[in-house]
Amino acid sequence: MDDTKQLEQFEAKIAAGLKIEPKDWMPEAYRKQLIRMMSQHAHSEIVGMLPEGNWITRAPSLRRKAILLAKVQDEAGHGLYLYSATETLGVNRSELLEQLHSGKAKYSSIFNYPTLTWADIGAIGWLVDGAAIMNQTALARGSYGPYSRAMVRICKEESFHNRQGYEIMMNLAQGTPEQKEMAQDAFNRWWWPSIMMLGPSDDKSPNSDQLMRWKVKMESNDAIRQRFIDRTVPQAEFIGLKVPDKDLKFNEVTGHYEHGPINWEEFFDVIKGNGPCNAKRIKDRSEADKKGAWVREAATAYAAKQAKEKVIA
Amino acid sequence: MNLQQAKFEYLLRLGDSSLIIGHRLSEWCGHGPILEEDIALINIALDFVGNATSLLGYAAQVEGKGRTEDDLAYLRGEREYRNLLITEQPNGDYAATIVRQFLYDTYTFFLYEELKSSKDETIAAIAVKSHKEITYHLRHTTQWMLRLGDGTAESHQRLQTALNELWMFTSELFDMDEVDRLLINEGIAADLDKVKAAWEKRVNEVITEATLLLPVTNIKQKGSREGKHSEHLGFLLAEMQYIPRSFPGSKW
Ligand SMILES: [Fe+2]
Ligand SMILES: [Fe+2]
Ligand SMILES: [Fe+2]
Repeated sequence: MDDTKQLEQFEAKIAAGLKIEPKDWMPEAYRKQLIRMMSQHAHSEIVGMLPEGNWITRAPSLRRKAILLAKVQDEAGHGLYLYSATETLGVNRSELLEQLHSGKAKYSSIFNYPTLTWADIGAIGWLVDGAAIMNQTALARGSYGPYSRAMVRICKEESFHNRQGYEIMMNLAQGTPEQKEMAQDAFNRWWWPSIMMLGPSDDKSPNSDQLMRWKVKMESNDAIRQRFIDRTVPQAEFIGLKVPDKDLKFNEVTGHYEHGPINWEEFFDVIKGNGPCNAKRIKDRSEADKKGAWVREAATAYAAKQAKEKVIA
Repeated sequence: MNLQQAKFEYLLRLGDSSLIIGHRLSEWCGHGPILEEDIALINIALDFVGNATSLLGYAAQVEGKGRTEDDLAYLRGEREYRNLLITEQPNGDYAATIVRQFLYDTYTFFLYEELKSSKDETIAAIAVKSHKEITYHLRHTTQWMLRLGDGTAESHQRLQTALNELWMFTSELFDMDEVDRLLINEGIAADLDKVKAAWEKRVNEVITEATLLLPVTNIKQKGSREGKHSEHLGFLLAEMQYIPRSFPGSKW
């Protein structure tokens, strides 16, 4: 079968709402784009463990400590699951990790901001996981089977992450004046980065019709961002926090919130590697990898010895 | 010392050890040698925090002074902590973490086995739940003892060094005092002589299979039962307790 014919069948399948599976024929551009997106997503999960892991040893109650541990464990699991899903496209995890450590691969810009106070843990769960859910529920309808199934599974856990974060914020916002200040400060610092993490606005993002047609991209960044804002602003108001956007207003006609200008310069700067924590995150990850090399070698050597013994026996 | 005081003390010993070793494991989060291990270590740390919460919660109840498990965890100082010295030792390299964990898991595996039949129903119930978790932890750390011990020359060397360095903290695991004797008489606590015999046998077996040598040392570090710790604990508690201590009376 020639390529044109295969492409036709591939597109027909997607149009009919069927999933593409690893062994199915797919255009090279589709494979490449998915590897890029899925590995970025996997990297984001494990880099995201760092800013939150930061606070496990300082969590202010045993209950909060347990919840945070469970959340970060979920994120590690998401990373593992997504690396495996990406491997179905013919790359392996160590190649992908090498791209992360060399700075070649990207991950979500949001994890390049520091977690300065306990309230940041609340803000991350509420805002960052909240924004991620918006994005991932869209991706769950995507055409690539392993990715779409990963998203369905992951989204279930994300709503717990979102809830625990909001609960932390609500508790602080209703606490002592100092706690309330802590909550508002964290909200001020995380609001804009969360809005930006959903990606450049449509006029700045080269989203081809092709990716939409292939159901790699399901919705425009701006549409997802709008849903996130519409959902989050009332939640902030409910717990008495002020959205740090003086231009924010509700449009009675459209039924949507309109936000002020987004500082895209900052966004692209952080993506380029100049955010407050880019260097530290990459350093932490690659140092963990280097420090763990002898452990992985030992495990491999031991497994080889065991396999040999089995053959002899 | 009356029975209530002995029980409170005993629960602190168990609960503090879980809390502190769980804290140490959680320090690995995001920095483990491989993603699968990150997940395993967080999972084990989570079990310890859960176990500590139950034990300290019960301790607070036994004490009857209106304190909570969080008060006990966050508002006691270094000299009031009763965790075993081995649990507060720093993570070191992965070999040191695995050895510390293996020695401690083997200990709690046999200890909680005994506590399952404690005449104190709450302790027995906690032990039943924890023993299932410990069985998994011990399987995990034992596997790593074998992999690292019988892996490469480097891993073997690192593991042997860690074993030699941590060995001086093991005799303390089996020390018994008035608290133990009082509670053993009541059928509440475990006889640590019994635990010791089982521990020695199992540890020896694994050390041999991992191609390691049993350390020879006469140094015996002790003191946790009187709240005399190594210098490491103060830093650990400073980090763990800083929020509740900075904002007295606040709820989190
Ligand atoms: Fe996640
Ligand atoms: Fe999450
Ligand atoms: Fe577990």
